[in-house]
Amino acid sequence: LTDRSAEDREYTEQTLWMLAVRDKRDKAAFGCLFDFYAPRLKAMILRNGISGSHAEDIVQDVLLTVWNKAGQFDPQRAGVSGWIYQIARNRQIDLARKYNRPVPEELRTEDRTEEEAGQILALEQETQKLKRALAALPEEQREMVEKAYLGELTHSDIRNMTGLPLGTIKSRIRLGLDRLRNELKDLR
Amino acid sequence: MSDVKHHIADDLLAAYVSGALPHPYAIVVASHISMCDECRVRHEAQLAVGGSVLETLETTEITADMKARVMDLLDDTPAKPAIRVPRRQGIYPGPVVEALKGGQPKWRSLGMGVKQSILFAGEEGSVRLLYIPGGQAVPEHGHNGLEMTLVLQGAFSDEGGRYGVGDVEVTDEHVDHVPTAEPGPACICLAATDAPLRFKGFVPRLLQPVFGI
Ligand SMILES: [Zn+2]
Ligand SMILES: [Zn+2]
Repeated sequence: LTDRSAEDREYTEQTLWMLAVRDKRDKAAFGCLFDFYAPRLKAMILRNGISGSHAEDIVQDVLLTVWNKAGQFDPQRAGVSGWIYQIARNRQIDLARKYNRPVPEELRTEDRTEEEAGQILALEQETQKLKRALAALPEEQREMVEKAYLGELTHSDIRNMTGLPLGTIKSRIRLGLDRLRNELKDLR
Repeated sequence: MSDVKHHIADDLLAAYVSGALPHPYAIVVASHISMCDECRVRHEAQLAVGGSVLETLETTEITADMKARVMDLLDDTPAKPAIRVPRRQGIYPGPVVEALKGGQPKWRSLGMGVKQSILFAGEEGSVRLLYIPGGQAVPEHGHNGLEMTLVLQGAFSDEGGRYGVGDVEVTDEHVDHVPTAEPGPACICLAATDAPLRFKGFVPRLLQPVFGI
């Protein structure tokens, strides 16, 4: 990771911070992640009717999980924000219920092989497009999406929601998954 | 698994990632994702939407000393793993293994060779393993709400089509169906429902509380 190609410099700040945390245990980079995500995570958690100090306890749990489990972050699949969103939702649901939230089996290998900068960049571009598409939705629809993903709608409300623009991001994630599948096959 | 034909719709995946999906269905969705690359990809696309919503949220102020407190904790060894990694055992995907708490299914007979093992039953609904001998029909039953059935072994067919390993059937109260296991090895399914299944005439109604169905 010493010689970054010109391409790598186009990674988003969040990805660069997350990779520095994962690969170098870089505390300054973690501080940057904290500054960006802590105020947003707190906003998300407050929306679920949790009091201020308790919300900060959950934010702390989530960000310490990001630090401790950074090795499981795969920039070729979920982006940084998607990965942190998942950790935060899992934590909130585990706390709200008495039993643990069911999670899918992980595919990740312990020894990571070389990542493809092109794949990471392409996924980031798709994520940017997705963000723009969400921002461009009519106000009412955008609010519905926000409510749904912040846990403010019931599953039957969400069942009646119509499609989001997810087409190309799926094929990008698919490529990252296929690469990982190949690595897993080689390990057997 | 590449030959999965019946998947989980995007809206149900969205309900799963947001946490809105009740626990019994969440076990089925997490199990299906464990068995289906297509839905693993679609699940991660849903996480990307959640991440975008998180990124664009208006920020809330954080207590002044919070950052220093968290930075001080970075060198501490975590007490317990914060992300669990469930593992598959035989035909049972990781989330089912977790629901079994590492043990074996406790099968109880429903008669005619059909058996069930209830993994969870609560206010949010119930989820069970169903064992149907090859060639045997699951008794006709009604639903009060959403029913999700994931095939773990063998296959069954009903009015909706054929369901093999990894396939998931989603039905609601408007569907009356008679799933029949294919001849051959027993069909083992993971089935989640809103409410107790109402079997018609298979087990006498009076006995239903005894069997917990
Ligand atoms: Zn699927
Ligand atoms: Zn049914």
